[in-house]
Amino acid sequence: MGLERRGARLAGARIRARRLDLGLAQTALAQQVGISASYLNLIEHDRRRIGGRLLNAIARVLDLDPAQIAQGADGALVGRLEAAAAQHDAPLADAEVLAGRFPGWAGLIAAQAARIETLEAQVAGLSDRLAHDPELSASLHQVITAATAIRSTASILTGGEALDRDWQARFHRNIHAESLRLAESSRRLAGFLEAPGTSEAALTPLDRVERFLDRMGHHVAALEGPNPALSPEEVAMGAPDLDPAAREVLRRWLMTYRADAQALPLEQVAQAWREAADPLGVAARLGCDLPRLLRRLATLPPGAGPAQVGFATCDAGGALGPRRALDGLTLSRGAAACPLWPLYEALSQPGRPLRVRAAMPGESGAVVLCQAVGWIETGPDWAGPARPRAAMLMLREEVGAETSGAVPRREVGPGCRLCPRDACPARREPPLVPVRSDAL
Amino acid sequence: MARRVLLIEDEPNIIEAVSFILSRAGWTVHTHSDGASAVERVRAHPPELVILDAMLPGRSGFDILQELRQDAATRDLPVMMLTARGQARDRELALSLGATHFMTKPFSNAEVLDRVRDLAGG
Repeated sequence: MGLERRGARLAGARIRARRLDLGLAQTALAQQVGISASYLNLIEHDRRRIGGRLLNAIARVLDLDPAQIAQGADGALVGRLEAAAAQHDAPLADAEVLAGRFPGWAGLIAAQAARIETLEAQVAGLSDRLAHDPELSASLHQVITAATAIRSTASILTGGEALDRDWQARFHRNIHAESLRLAESSRRLAGFLEAPGTSEAALTPLDRVERFLDRMGHHVAALEGPNPALSPEEVAMGAPDLDPAAREVLRRWLMTYRADAQALPLEQVAQAWREAADPLGVAARLGCDLPRLLRRLATLPPGAGPAQVGFATCDAGGALGPRRALDGLTLSRGAAACPLWPLYEALSQPGRPLRVRAAMPGESGAVVLCQAVGWIETGPDWAGPARPRAAMLMLREEVGAETSGAVPRREVGPGCRLCPRDACPARREPPLVPVRSDAL
Repeated sequence: MARRVLLIEDEPNIIEAVSFILSRAGWTVHTHSDGASAVERVRAHPPELVILDAMLPGRSGFDILQELRQDAATRDLPVMMLTARGQARDRELALSLGATHFMTKPFSNAEVLDRVRDLAGG
């Protein structure tokens, strides 16, 4: 039964409940509104409909808004109460009565249930991270190892048995060194736990490079043109706030950027994009391979290529290179990503271009036009293994809208642990939070 | 003749502390830091007892333990595993692979000495 009909049907029950709450006799209420007690009784048992002036009169005596009598409690609030009861396996009849009679308390219950759900998801996420995050695991191991060395060494020094001065000095140095390691690894661990994924201490070299590239807009003007102002090494060395590992990651990225910029000069690509606005068409026009073109399109300055673009590459292990997010949407690096992104499909079909409209879960889930291709890297010698790679360009759906109808839609997600698509054929494991039917 | 213990551990200061306390208690302590060649070391110079760390460069302590137990020559060699990973599943794994004892870090020196005496028979 719809909420509206249910609301109307229970108008009499609400009148009765409110009257009893006020300690008002049926005859007294009937007298005040100018009807007989027997008629009021029929109304209270929902055998007579009520509206108009009588409804207003009763509402005035009972100090209620007429809409509260006629329509009942806020349907959304009732829904939240019922959902909260279902999550905790609590049989809850008359959620509407509770919401109607005690809207404040009902709102509090609903708000607390929502808060509990949020906290449970956060705890589950942290627990999952503790169990699977290699950086966190490494930090924890460092802390325990340092503590072990300090404890064992300190126990020797304070054990009461005589130690010669050389051993004492040696053990003191060891404790000092391990205390420094403990301090550093504790600091890193605290950083992880304070703000998972955002603390500076938690950033991997790839994270740091991504931040740098985001600040640059993924375009490096100094490497453009036939005679670039700087070399990739000089750009990498000049990048601020990068540790040596991140600088090396950046250097390799810049080497590829420079090669792409030489093969596909900026003006040529910009002109071809204005004329074609489709990566396959542009690649054919310029006579270049699609992976190179996808990379190039993701690094053009504003106005030269797609208005907004996201980009990702991966290797055969599924490991992602530096990513470019589209409207905040990107593939997860830390947790296992959704295998339905065409990026991963492209790994198994090198050379075949793939294009799908990838739809994230939820009514407001983003839909992005994804264009992906895989290829095989070889070399530097005959004996080395083949290295499958893939790249995926993401565009906002309105780009190429005239063709969007012909592009198949594919439902993707944020990764199985976070995805609400319970019936997904590619699901590897249950979600952290039980799936709710209204989540899709 | 002093009895031999082989400590397979890659953390230098832990090696130094554990070696010191065992030596002081009369043991001859040999150390080995590389997981990849640890089994070879055990076979080349069999000790009375192995103290084996779970996380080693080159090869995990669990893998090393499994190989030792698959070899008739080292099947019954007392092995005490040390690990910073104290979760129940790591303990179960170590014991299922044949560890004689499982000790989590940080440990007390006294407990190490007691366990070594127990496992090596004195």
